[in-house]
Order: sequence, then C-alpha cells, then structure tokens
Amino acid sequence: MTIQLHAPETATSAPFTSTPSALARSAGALLADISRQPVLVLAWIVVLIALGWAIAPGLFTQSSPYEGDPALSFTPPSAEHPFGTDRLGRDLLARSIYGAGTTLTATLVAVLIAFGIGSIVGLVAGYFGRWADTAFMRVIDVFLSIPSLLLAMVIVSVLGYSTHNIAIAVGISSIASFARVMRSEVISVVTRDYVRAAYGLGVGRLTVVLRHVVPNALNSVLALAALEVGTSILAVASLGFLGYGAPPPEPEWGLLVAEGRDYLAVHPWISILPGTALALVVIATHRISTSLRKDQRR
Amino acid sequence: MLGYVLSKLGRALFVVWAAFTITFILLFVFPANPVDLLFDPAELNTIPQEVRDQVAAQYGFNQPVFVQYLERLSQAAIGNFGNSVGSGRRVSDSLLEVLPNTLILAAGSLVLAVLIGFAIALLATGTRRPWLRHLVESLPSASVSIPVFMFAILLLQIFSFTLGWFPAFGDQGWQSLVLPVITLAVPVSGPIAQLLVRSFAEEFQAGYVTTSYAKGATRGGIIIGDVFRNASLPALTIAGITFGNLIAGAVITETVFARSGVGRLTQSAINTLDVPLVQGIIVFVAASFALINLLVDLIYPLLDPRLRATLTAQPVRTA
Repeated sequence: MTIQLHAPETATSAPFTSTPSALARSAGALLADISRQPVLVLAWIVVLIALGWAIAPGLFTQSSPYEGDPALSFTPPSAEHPFGTDRLGRDLLARSIYGAGTTLTATLVAVLIAFGIGSIVGLVAGYFGRWADTAFMRVIDVFLSIPSLLLAMVIVSVLGYSTHNIAIAVGISSIASFARVMRSEVISVVTRDYVRAAYGLGVGRLTVVLRHVVPNALNSVLALAALEVGTSILAVASLGFLGYGAPPPEPEWGLLVAEGRDYLAVHPWISILPGTALALVVIATHRISTSLRKDQRR
Repeated sequence: MLGYVLSKLGRALFVVWAAFTITFILLFVFPANPVDLLFDPAELNTIPQEVRDQVAAQYGFNQPVFVQYLERLSQAAIGNFGNSVGSGRRVSDSLLEVLPNTLILAAGSLVLAVLIGFAIALLATGTRRPWLRHLVESLPSASVSIPVFMFAILLLQIFSFTLGWFPAFGDQGWQSLVLPVITLAVPVSGPIAQLLVRSFAEEFQAGYVTTSYAKGATRGGIIIGDVFRNASLPALTIAGITFGNLIAGAVITETVFARSGVGRLTQSAINTLDVPLVQGIIVFVAASFALINLLVDLIYPLLDPRLRATLTAQPVRTA
C-alpha cells in the first residue's frame, strides 16, 4: 500500500534529480523490498560473493589455483577442499574463486563494449532517422540474423584465442540488441513535451541530446545491460568451455567445467561444482535484472 | 499486398547478401595474411614460399580483394562456397551430409520446447494459487540461466553414468537422442514460455473472457476454448530467435554428446580455421533465419485477420 502512495512521487522526480531525500527514500524502499523478497536478497548475496571472489580472491582461499599436491589428486569434496581437487591435486574451490576474476572481467568488458557502441548506434539511428536509421538498422538486422554464439566464435577465430578476444567477440555480437532498444527509446523520448519545450527555449541540439534525450533513453538500456550481464557470462563461459579462451592452466569457469568432462563418470565434482557456481551466478543476475525492470515499469 | 511481399523478400535477400559480405570481410580481408590461416599454425614456419604462392593462387588470394569478392559472391549465389580446406570437399556437400542429424535433433527439441512452453503458460494462467504461479513463471528465466553445457553434463551424470538409462555418446538409435533433445529443448523453451505466459495473461484480461464467464463457462473451458488459440499466435513472431537458439545450442549440445551435425561441423571448422567452410555455414544459417522470418511475415497476416485488414488498408507503412 505504501508503494502506491510513494510511486508517483518518485516517478516524476527521478528523471530530473536525485536529491539526498530521494536517495534516502529509495534506500528505505530497498529495505522494505528485502523483507518481502528473500529470493532477491539471496540473489544479491550470490552476486556480491562472486564479485568479492573476482576483486580479492586471496581473501577467500589460501590455496593456489595453479599449484596442487599430486598426492591429493582427485580428492572428493571435503572440509579441507570443499569443491574437491582435480587431476593435478589443485584445489577446485581456489580455481573457481580465481576463475571468477577471469570470467567476470571478460563479461564486464563485453557488456561495456555492447552498451557503448550499441547506445551510440541506437542514438544516431533514432535521433537522426531517415537514411541513418535505415542504414544502421539494416546492418543490425544482419547481426541479429547470425546467432550471437556463432558470430562470437567467428570473431574469436579471426582475433585469436584468448579471454580478451572472447570479451571483444561477445561484446560485438551483443551490440545489436542494445542498438535496437536505444533506438526505440530515443524515438519515443524525442517526441516528449519536455524535449520540445527545451527546443522552444532555444536550447542547442547537442545540449538537448546530452541533457534530455540520452539520460531518459538510457533507463531501458541500463535494464537491458543488467539482463545482458547474465547472458554474457553464459557466452563467455560457453566459449571458454569450447576452448577458445585462456590456455589450460588459467582458471576460467567454462574451462573448469570442460577440464572435468573426461572424468565425469568417476569424479563428477570436477565439472559439476564449478559449473553449479557459474549457474547460480547467472540465475542470480537474471533474478536481479528482472526486479530492476519491474521497478522501472512501476 | 504485393508491395508488402516484395519489401519483405527484399529485406530477406539483403540479410543474406550482407551476411556474406560481413563474413567475407571478417575472414578474407581482415586477417593480415589469409593464406596463413589455411595452414596449421604449428607447421606454418616450415612451409616454403612456393607452396604458399601456389595455395594463394588456388584460392584466388593473389587477386585484388574486390575481384576475389565478386568471384566468391557470384559463386555463392549459385550455392558454391568453394572447397573445404580440411577435407577438400565442397562446402555444400560437407554441410548437407551432417544437416539431417541436426535437423532431427532440432526438430525433436523444438517439439519438446513448445510443449514445455505451453505447459508452463497453461499452468501459470490456469492455477488459482499465487505461489504456484510465481514458481511456474520463474521457470523460463531459470531455463535460460543454466549453461547448456552444464545442463548436458548434469543429465549425463544422472541418466548415463549413475542410472545407466541412456548411452552417453555417439548416435546409435533413438536412445542416444533422448538426452541431447532434452538438453537443447530446455534453453530453447525459455523465450517461448516467457512469451506465451505474457500473451496468455493478456488475453485472459480481454473482454470476451468476461463475456464467456457471464455465459457460464468455466475457467478451464475459457482457457482451452477461447484464450488458447488467440494467445498462441504471437509465439510465431519469435520463430527466428528460436531457430538461432536451436543452432547456437546445437553447437554445444553436439560437442558435449559427441554427435555429428552442423553445430559440431561449425566448431571443428572454426578450430581448424577452415575459412570457406565457416563462411558457408554462417551464410547458410543467416539465410535460413531470413527465410523463416520471411515465411512468418507472409503467413502471419493469413492467420490473424486483424493484421490482414491493416495490410490491405496501407500496404507499405506496416512493412
């Protein structure tokens, strides 16, 4: 009930300002959300742990991700090695923790590339319309007609196998969806009264675009970026699984799963535990992005 | 109406041409020395210059880029993408040889995915229990969140290695098809289910539902009799996306289950940098995508009378 009272107020003030009181109110709303949505809280915890793994892996494990004790090879999960060990006796939890850095950095780069280029393409196409719109959107059509995994595979094969190139390839292959959303948002924002009013007041074109069109159109694109984080983690890990990423000693989530494939029948934990960690992170990011989109629609 | 058909056809042809051009730029122009891509990187330094020149001449790399482009384009237009570097066979032959395997896998998965999608949508619309509806509505999102390779490995672990119900690898008989079909169907079902859930919920709010209630129809009767047909049609609009998901999923599914097919061929072509084969596959996939979208665009107005009316009224604007 409180939501309905507060919602119109925040909705009108949000696009223009974020005053301290508005911030405090959204923090309060966040706390209220937490008590009502335990699953969402769990999702945030999963994502924060994964980020912690990526930023400071040393805090979470004492073991080395590269060096193992061959005498301990194929130890099943235990208190000492919660994820067990692999063929070389390396601690798989340590490898998963260090792998978070590799996979999530690549994901971040991929999403930034797609978000940056996609938004600019969408802005130009949506704002200028006519031939710019036609030209850009036809190119986007073509990118959409090739499944993004296939496109990313081709780009990686041309650039060479590495995690950096996976990030670039995944980024390029997801430009199209960002461009489409940005374009349709820009087209709808441009016709709003406040944009017309700004023109009427004699504000320059560039200022209107930067101050009014871009900030208001970006909302939906940011929601898409949240969704795209999960999708990109999947794409990065899939390419790593197929062997297009870092060479074997490097810990990368997709590669970790691939390394355990040969031992699946006898030592299933090698693939399944790192893979489960990966799946949980993707499920969590999807859950969070769903709630972000719902907030936006409110 | 004719204008509508022609504009859709033109767009489809453009997509195929552009897919060819983009892959040509990526694979033939962008690499500093495309001839090097044709050899095994490990043996590259041991290959004498004469052999390289000979190979370059054989593939036409010694000609200006634009001449190469026109030559390849005119050949591709009649379905000839040259010969595979790895096997020396025609690209179209290599592709057609493994295509049936993938078609069987994809068809099976598509049927299963559509069934899952409808089951989720019917359950979410039909149930009166909010907790069940929330649970069911979260399934599509979960199904696209689990990595395909991870799901495949879990199925293998449970049903092959632990229970021993199905063979783990190879393609012998229907048993070896069960796990790959399930693996591929689950991620493909996600977007279909999501769209159907939304569309069923929307239709369920429609005025004719209230009318049916007033006439004494039951909830189940309305969903099956009235809502089902109207709400199912929009699923056709994501046919192209579904096809893309099937192909991308097939790459991973066929790799994990060691099945031969288009996905595995793509992976091996990319691993060995078999440039003509890669280009052939990508253009083939893009063409199939364009064809599916074209068919949907042409069939949809026939199925939805409202759309047909707007089409005849202003044929070009809707295109």
